[in-house]
Amino acid sequence: MINNKTKNVAFNALVKKAIDVLMFPLIAILLGLFVAVFFVMWAKNLGFIDGTATLFSAIWEGTFGKRANFIETLVAMTPLIFTGLAHSVAFRTGLFNIGVEGQFIMGMLAAALIGLIPGIPAPIHVTLVLLGGLIFGAVWAAIPGYLKAKVGTNEVVNTIMMNFIAMNVSNYFVKGPIHREGSASSKMILESAQLYRFLSPSERVNVGLFIGIALIFVIYWLLWKTTIGYELRAVGLNMHAAEYGGINSKKNIILAMVISGAIAGLGGAAHVAGTIHKAHQLVGFTNYGFDGIAVALLAKSHPIGVLFSSLLFGGLNSSARILQKFRIPKQIVYIIQGIIIIFVAADYIYKWLKEKKKKEAIKNA
Amino acid sequence: MEKVIEMRGITKIFPGVIANDNVDFELRKGEIHVLLGENGAGKTTLMNILYGLYQPDKGEIYVNGKKVNIKGPSDAIAMGIGMVHQHFMLVHNFTVAENIILGSEPKTAFGFKIDYKKAIKDVKELADKYGFNVDPNSIIEDITVGQQQKVEILKALYRGAEILILDEPTAVLTPQEIEELGQILKNLVKEGKSIILITHKLKEVMNMSDRVTIVRRGKVVDTVNTKDVDMDTLAEMMVGRKVNLVVEKKPAKVGDVVLKIENLQALDHRKLPKLKGVDLEVRSGEILGIAGVDGNGQTELVEVITGLRRATGGRVILKGNDLTNRAPKEIIEAGISNIPEDRHKHGLVLKFSLTENAVLGQHDKEPFSKGIIMNYDVIREHAKKLINDFDVRTPNEEVHAGALSGGNQQKFIAAREITKDPELLIATQPTRGLDVGAIEYIHKRLVEERDKGKAVLLVSLELDEVMALSDRIAVMYDGKIVGILDADKTNEMELGILMAGGTLNKKEGEHDKQ
Repeated sequence: MINNKTKNVAFNALVKKAIDVLMFPLIAILLGLFVAVFFVMWAKNLGFIDGTATLFSAIWEGTFGKRANFIETLVAMTPLIFTGLAHSVAFRTGLFNIGVEGQFIMGMLAAALIGLIPGIPAPIHVTLVLLGGLIFGAVWAAIPGYLKAKVGTNEVVNTIMMNFIAMNVSNYFVKGPIHREGSASSKMILESAQLYRFLSPSERVNVGLFIGIALIFVIYWLLWKTTIGYELRAVGLNMHAAEYGGINSKKNIILAMVISGAIAGLGGAAHVAGTIHKAHQLVGFTNYGFDGIAVALLAKSHPIGVLFSSLLFGGLNSSARILQKFRIPKQIVYIIQGIIIIFVAADYIYKWLKEKKKKEAIKNA
Repeated sequence: MEKVIEMRGITKIFPGVIANDNVDFELRKGEIHVLLGENGAGKTTLMNILYGLYQPDKGEIYVNGKKVNIKGPSDAIAMGIGMVHQHFMLVHNFTVAENIILGSEPKTAFGFKIDYKKAIKDVKELADKYGFNVDPNSIIEDITVGQQQKVEILKALYRGAEILILDEPTAVLTPQEIEELGQILKNLVKEGKSIILITHKLKEVMNMSDRVTIVRRGKVVDTVNTKDVDMDTLAEMMVGRKVNLVVEKKPAKVGDVVLKIENLQALDHRKLPKLKGVDLEVRSGEILGIAGVDGNGQTELVEVITGLRRATGGRVILKGNDLTNRAPKEIIEAGISNIPEDRHKHGLVLKFSLTENAVLGQHDKEPFSKGIIMNYDVIREHAKKLINDFDVRTPNEEVHAGALSGGNQQKFIAAREITKDPELLIATQPTRGLDVGAIEYIHKRLVEERDKGKAVLLVSLELDEVMALSDRIAVMYDGKIVGILDADKTNEMELGILMAGGTLNKKEGEHDKQ
């Protein structure tokens, strides 16, 4: 009876929280699409109704409408799950790990290197590839994490620098020791190192997607059901109170960076092992790490939210090609993404201002 | 009598709070008028409106009978209104004179250079006129808090203030300094100034004021002549019900030494010595109160005991167990609980639910968790127990801690810390900013813990609180304990002398100063 009541209370609180949390992202998405319609009208000289119809059918076809496109949506979504989760863990601990991009690249490099080692049976080889990516990413994030905890350097600045180092380290190997003649990429990884493509070998969607989805639940469990997550979140919300409660904030800052980097590195390895089977020479960044910022922001740094926001961003990314078929500039997709982020950011600013005003009122009453 | 200030129907609404609700207030020429109310009653808001820091949502202000619109502090200053804030606004490495002239500096003939000679002369004349004992050439950081306050008052007078607003002026002063302030205010009134005093301390109302306006929850309860009322009546008007002003407690049954501190030294955040050899013992079954003016090392002492600040020398021993410079976690495990000074910064994670906050500091202990897995069913039951046992007013245990009122937050923290069943309970400013009901409750629970045989270390800036609760009182001055007195054998004057760094003749020279 009492237990039932508690559950009710908890459930009601949950529903209220869910509405509270979901409203702004949904409004942001709708507004993003709505504004995009105007750009379509302008670009194609259409009326509002025609413009809406054209844009929506193009995006629909590009994301879910055709089998091939839907598969590409899932392919585009997979790395975003990892990078979105990586950012979420860091955000929850009060850190901004812009280095997810570099950690993702290090994960890709690890997979491209380990994937070339011959003579290892398939299940072990794949495991080694993923583990290697995880460790490369974790180490890459641990360095700025350690510096922040021990010396107090800013993790944003350091991880940005680490991104460039990662890119150049990767290029050194891809252009040098593992370069494939006459290409802009590394040698193909061995078949034993590849993640299973469950539809057909030519369709790129692979079990990396399921690893990502499973990871979502692991991270959710870690953050809300374990002492590790309790400490990470406490440090993220109020470092002073955490320390007063006997929680070592420095240790947790490093731990959060390591977990974040490990997720990003795993994502990079899964991307190579499942989707592209080689590492490309990088002229610029892959952007999976940076898109992950948007994914995590839209998801409010909640792992379950990452599932949906990575689907949205993955879908938009993969529909960019199809839009051109409809003679809609593919940049429209990026406009939509940008507007969504602006509105999500506006939500943060709005909440921040509200909080600030409330604090002032309490202080001065 | 001539009215210098009249505020009519002032209403000020903040999101979620009506700070002032149709408030009428008047100040007569040459009177000391106290604005009395609990924390959060809306006193400071009303005065901030008068000083132009806020615009009222409704209502009118008259200065010397003329309706005015005060858009900012510069308007207020131009009308002869000066305000001394609770937290002083002085430039610490400037001299007294430089601070006083700041913003209205006298210039030499061509207006390029500040005329320091004139400045010092002006300040000296002004100080002499009202009986202020300050040297215009001293640097602010070298003088006492009491003197800094005088500088603030002089600053307002220098700008031509005829009306002075003082916000909680006695919070940082020793009893002697309070008396001195009273004398200064009387001098000012004699010269025709009018004074508004914001406070929640009844004793000062009785000693210093001519009239009192009592504010409760944003509304004016009444304005009365001080000589027509007594403290109990005022307390009742302020709180809205009968209040028990004394803490009831049985004689202490003192046991063994629980906490022993030997020659403890530590640095402050600027890396300067702050604790300069503290010696202290707290025994089971007693409340040891630490009295002292803010900033004499009390905060640092508690931080070192709880492991949040490193000791540079000396030892902290709990029941024979040396805890010096151990991690906070080990210290909590050894049996020290702490109701912290700043409940928002240290006591709670405001965005955690009460359930999550209920185990802060014990989250990795059984039965709340096993290995790394937390048992939220047990934790939720624990939170409910805390809420029930300590009468915390909350809709349920899933709301964010930030949604509770200050009093209920403090009750919840007290519940958590007391329920840990510690060897030593530290309470730092446990009732700061609370209403009288919550204060009574927290006091009662602290005395209960003492009666159960716990050692309680109370640190408070409110001398009344220290005197009411403690069995022994240790006075802290300049990073040292300068005297330990039995609470029932001492008085405010004695404590005040020690708090200001003086010595008591009857005490032996053990703790002599210089």
